[in-house]
Amino acid sequence: MNAKAFILFLLLPVTSWAQGYAGLGSSAAGFDRPVTGYEFQFPRDHGPHPAYRIEWWYLTANLTGADGLEYGIQWTLFRSALKPFESDGWQSPQIWMGHAALTTPETHHFAERLSRGGIGQAGVTAQPFNAWIDEWKMQGDIADTLSLTANGQTFGYDLTLQAQGPLVFHGDAGYSVKSADGQASYYYSQPFYSVDGTLHLPDREVAVTGQGWLDREWSSQPLAEDQSGWDWFSLSFDSGDKLMAFRLRGARGDFTAATWISADGQTESLPDGTLILTPLETEHVAQRDVPVEWNVQLPDRGIDLDVAALNSEAWMGTRFEYWEGPITFTGSHTGRGYLEMTGY
Amino acid sequence: MTGPAIQALLSHWRTHPLQLVTLLTGIALATCLWSAVQAINAEARASYARASAQLATGQLDELRNPGGYITLEQYAELRLAGWQVAAVLEGPLRVGNRRVRLMGVDMLAYPALPAITEIEQGTSPPDPSEVLTAPGRLLMSPDLVHLFLSADRFPPVIESTALPPDLVLTDIGVAERLLNRSGQISRLVILPQQPRALPPLASIAPGLQRIAPSAQMDTAQLTDSFHLNLTAFGLLSFAVGLFIVHGTVGLAFAQRRGMIRTLRALGLPLRRLVWLILGELLSIALIGGLLGLALGYILAAALLPDVAATLRGLYGAPIDGQMSLRPQWIAAGLAMTLFGTLAASGHALWRLSRMPILAGPGLQAWGSQNSARLTGVIGLGLIAAGIVLSFSAKGLLAGFGLLAGLLTGAALTLPFLLSTILNLFARQARSPVSQWIWADMRAQLPGLSLALMALLLALATNIGVGTMVSSFRLTFTGWLDQRLTSELYVTAKDDAQAAQITAWLSPQVSAVLPIRSTELAHETGPLFLYGIIDDDTYRQHWPLIAQGPDVWNHVLQRGAVLINEQLARRADLWPGDTMTITPGHTLPIAGVYSDYGNPTGQAIVAMPMLEEITPGTATRRFGIRITPERASDLAQSLRDQFDLPPAAVVHQAAMKAQSLAIFEKTFVVTSALNVLTLGVAGFAILTSLLTLWTQRLPQVAPVWALGLTRAQLARFELVRSVLLAALTACLALPLGLVLAWVLLTVVNVQAFGWRLPMHLFPGDWLVLLLLTLLAAFLAASLPAWRLLRLPPAALLRVFADER
Amino acid sequence: MLLSIDHVRKSYPGGRPVLNDVSLTLDQGQTLALTGESGSGKSTLLHLTAALDGFDAGEITLDGRPLSPLDDTGRSALRRDCLALIFQQFNLIPSLTVAQNLSIHARLANRSDPGWLTHLTERLGLTDLQDRYPESLSGGQQQRVAIGRAMAMRPKLLLADEPTGNLDETASAVVLDLMLSLVVDTGAALLLVTHSHEIAARLDRHAHLSGGQIV
Ligand SMILES: Nc1ncnc2c1ncn2[C@@H]1O[C@H](COP(=O)(O)OP(=O)(O)OP(=O)(O)O)[C@@H](O)[C@H]1O
Ligand SMILES: [Mg+2]
Repeated sequence: MNAKAFILFLLLPVTSWAQGYAGLGSSAAGFDRPVTGYEFQFPRDHGPHPAYRIEWWYLTANLTGADGLEYGIQWTLFRSALKPFESDGWQSPQIWMGHAALTTPETHHFAERLSRGGIGQAGVTAQPFNAWIDEWKMQGDIADTLSLTANGQTFGYDLTLQAQGPLVFHGDAGYSVKSADGQASYYYSQPFYSVDGTLHLPDREVAVTGQGWLDREWSSQPLAEDQSGWDWFSLSFDSGDKLMAFRLRGARGDFTAATWISADGQTESLPDGTLILTPLETEHVAQRDVPVEWNVQLPDRGIDLDVAALNSEAWMGTRFEYWEGPITFTGSHTGRGYLEMTGY
Repeated sequence: MTGPAIQALLSHWRTHPLQLVTLLTGIALATCLWSAVQAINAEARASYARASAQLATGQLDELRNPGGYITLEQYAELRLAGWQVAAVLEGPLRVGNRRVRLMGVDMLAYPALPAITEIEQGTSPPDPSEVLTAPGRLLMSPDLVHLFLSADRFPPVIESTALPPDLVLTDIGVAERLLNRSGQISRLVILPQQPRALPPLASIAPGLQRIAPSAQMDTAQLTDSFHLNLTAFGLLSFAVGLFIVHGTVGLAFAQRRGMIRTLRALGLPLRRLVWLILGELLSIALIGGLLGLALGYILAAALLPDVAATLRGLYGAPIDGQMSLRPQWIAAGLAMTLFGTLAASGHALWRLSRMPILAGPGLQAWGSQNSARLTGVIGLGLIAAGIVLSFSAKGLLAGFGLLAGLLTGAALTLPFLLSTILNLFARQARSPVSQWIWADMRAQLPGLSLALMALLLALATNIGVGTMVSSFRLTFTGWLDQRLTSELYVTAKDDAQAAQITAWLSPQVSAVLPIRSTELAHETGPLFLYGIIDDDTYRQHWPLIAQGPDVWNHVLQRGAVLINEQLARRADLWPGDTMTITPGHTLPIAGVYSDYGNPTGQAIVAMPMLEEITPGTATRRFGIRITPERASDLAQSLRDQFDLPPAAVVHQAAMKAQSLAIFEKTFVVTSALNVLTLGVAGFAILTSLLTLWTQRLPQVAPVWALGLTRAQLARFELVRSVLLAALTACLALPLGLVLAWVLLTVVNVQAFGWRLPMHLFPGDWLVLLLLTLLAAFLAASLPAWRLLRLPPAALLRVFADER
Repeated sequence: MLLSIDHVRKSYPGGRPVLNDVSLTLDQGQTLALTGESGSGKSTLLHLTAALDGFDAGEITLDGRPLSPLDDTGRSALRRDCLALIFQQFNLIPSLTVAQNLSIHARLANRSDPGWLTHLTERLGLTDLQDRYPESLSGGQQQRVAIGRAMAMRPKLLLADEPTGNLDETASAVVLDLMLSLVVDTGAALLLVTHSHEIAARLDRHAHLSGGQIV
């Protein structure tokens, strides 16, 4: 779960009004709240939900180049509502933010875009599916084929994604609890994309293939007040199984959750306490110590993994800073995936 | 050896304190006026630079639509193609009876502004949703806040000290609502960081023009001519002040000649002596300069509010009336003083260094008739050079070149002209006494010529500038009468209310003239396009200065356009030409009208044409034609009926008074400098006469011995001074008129964009002449009084001392 | 030998030669009177000796230093340190007080001697006039100040050009007596230009200038 997006939007106005949002973490007045038993409707729910405070379309992919090197890309569109509705024109209360990154074993590139709704510069439509900010686009059909593009000053990518399995719902049929107090979000994924296309690096173009993972999540208040940061894993086993696992670090204790996704798309939600995450090695990145090697255990399933970053410098120096990058793992199983860490 | 030499040199000032005061005053006056003007200019330029920084303007390339505004669709298209651009919508906003500039920027994309940072770090920063969504927030400097608090149709206000005066900053979403320009964008700022693989602009936004910062019309450029104007004035005053310095230093050196010979005979080497005197001069210059800087600072602080008002009124320049003391200004002012003092005393110093120790046969202080002829020739050369320059060069500098050539050239020919005139008189003279007077005046001429030159310059400037200002005032008042023909002017809250007001008024008044305008970006700079309806008011009163046949029918029925004089001169467009208002609208020009008081281009088309060019332009202002007696009653019932604030219904008279007030402010500085220059020139005459006085006795004594009483001599002394001043004033008149002509037809056209008819004001000249005579009389009365009180023994001693 | 004038010639631009092969010597402590008709070139010779003006030919040697190779600085140094001048027109500095005028030459030469100055002032009868300005003094008083200014720096050579020319007889006598006694006391040499044979007779030697030559 990309809970960091929530903080991102808390801090989005850092650019303009630092403390403006400080109090908003604790109240969601006027905004809808996720409830249990929600029935998802597609394609409608691929589109935006302006009545919820925050929402994102979050895609990561592990790629292998024709040159034999490992790569990772990130494409994210965040929506943050200042008020629980959408309107036309500059005064639309819907704010959109895009993050794109391209990670190689040696380098990490990233870019950021900001816009508001109502003026056509950014937004999401469900039918046909199109999520865009400026010239960055994710469009097509989430359940079938998507084209994905983004550019920074010196990098970019053009990729095609092909869904190879069903949508996957986290928590209780898509109702994903985020704290012991019951904060929750709607959360589903499409973790079964096969990917091919081209990466544009400053010095070269690389043809790549690989696998992608799309997260869709919206909520109005997914964090508890004491929670300060999180570690989130999306792991694709060579066997075809997948695991989504996260830990929210809180003053009152950590809260963990995970979803086991078997290769055919069957899911099992693993409750708080099942997942054991242990940082093994930290690296000094962007003036702080960030754990870039982990041990991930699900004792019930005999899973014991040693996870390492492809490039420990995968720091996102955006308005709200965080670490996000491709990983590989060995141990009881092997495979690759994406790791996101905030609050360090 | 140095100590006693300095003591001896300085002892001169102890016995001639008045001379020292004169010298210091001359230096201080020169420095004061010059540095005051510099301080004002520096302050203004700093304000512009600060405003640029505060608004992040003038640093990045911009996109504009030469035909008008940029649409939201065009913006989105650029964005969707990857172009990182930030939208800005700006326009004038009327609050009460004040006009401010509203600048709406896309707060999410626009470069970080100091005002935002300031508010961010303030005690109670606003919630972003308050700023980005309705009603939004208005950011402004504290002195504007009260205006907006009392008006009710505005969003809440946030104070910021990091914004230029008369500017309101807000999010673009708020701006388009307040300006009623929904979906319009004035310009797009191209942000510094652009992504890879950008498609060329031409393929995304073919209609838009990319403008580099250097080509953007900024305040500094707009006001350049105004500042050059001030600088020229400062320089003139500086020159006049230096005349005083020159005269006084010359005198002081002449008087110290004996001392200097003695010191050298006592073994003080010449080189040491020259260094010491140089040091002395520089010290005096430094003291005088510091004094002048202090005075200049006070003067500048006193004048700045008016200058600021002018610049704001005329150019919308972001400047307030606050002075600050800048070290560079002090350094530059002192450097100028030192340089000026050295230049003014260079001649005296040079002569000193060549002076033999032994007194030779009498050396005259100033040149003879021959040298008068030589300077006359140089003067004619300078006049010719000025004229040549004005033909070969372009722009304001050419105008000032011509002025400089004319003024200095005329000043240099003055001694020759005067001596020729005196010769003529002398030839007519019959009695020996009158012959002596004429001859004596001629003999005095070389000593007085510098002061008379200063007087000539000051008088000519006074006549020239006075004629210009008065011509302008006359023309301007006449123009106001033509232009402000409606009896009442009404501003409605919004379009809906405007429609109601029109409907309500129509049956009661002779005509309701909507005032509808839009701001377009034109290749010549911003262009305000007005729409008019067919009404006799325009046909009869509109101040046309050039027109084609059947001008009004062309405009009202055949889609022609009227343009203002500024635009006509800038773009050299006249009736018969065509003008491209927007890419789709190239209209024939039917006429040109005079338009004083703003530097921007303006054009007038028929209302349907305006609607075609920029659909949906708001009409919130009207002129109302009605019999003048009913105007007041109607104004009151309008206010009552529509609940309008008092400022929303304005009488013609009030409007005129307001316009005239702005006009007067425009020239307040010019007039102040003018008067000061004249004062300095008067002072120069006084010092020259006092200087001559010391050399006067040997010339007067023989005449006294021949039987003229001291009272007679004193009277002649006065007559001589007044007569020379009168002659100079007579010569100054034609020069002043030429100056006025150049100011009106060259400088004004360049600086403001309009050419004014020249009017003559003989009454003013008479007053000036009387003032001059009075000054000359006063200046001569001290020496005359001294002569009257002179003991005969002093006159006798002349014979004894004569060698 | 303090001063030697050796075959000196001098003519002013556009005029006949004023001095035509003049030679003269003066020893330390010696006094010499120079007489001659008006316009005979006495003042000219004195000015040449004082290094105030240049000459066309010959050489003047003062205190062992030939004058012709000296530039303005060298000549100034010589005037400052070695010789003193007394003119017919006194040539006091009008804006300095009597006391300041008295001391100025000595101070320029960096040779102030307050005791000697006080003595001089008393001897010249100027004690009560010290704070006055020259313009308020009589001619005789002014010339006494000039003598005091010259003697205050203890010159090796005193040059005087008709110092009593502007004074009446009694004043002349007083001034001359004072000057001569001071010259004797300080051991200075004196070159005195005068019209008066009476005065000339009181000096050690006498030279007469005529036709541009010493006769
Ligand atoms: N600066 C000068 N330029 C040209 N001629 C001069 C100059 N000074 C002196 N003379 C001429 O040189 C001649 C000698 O003059 P000088 O003053 O030496 O005479 P003097 O013997 O001192 O006369 P007096 O007894 O009248 O003082 C005179 O003919 C005089 O005209
Ligand atoms: Mg003589």
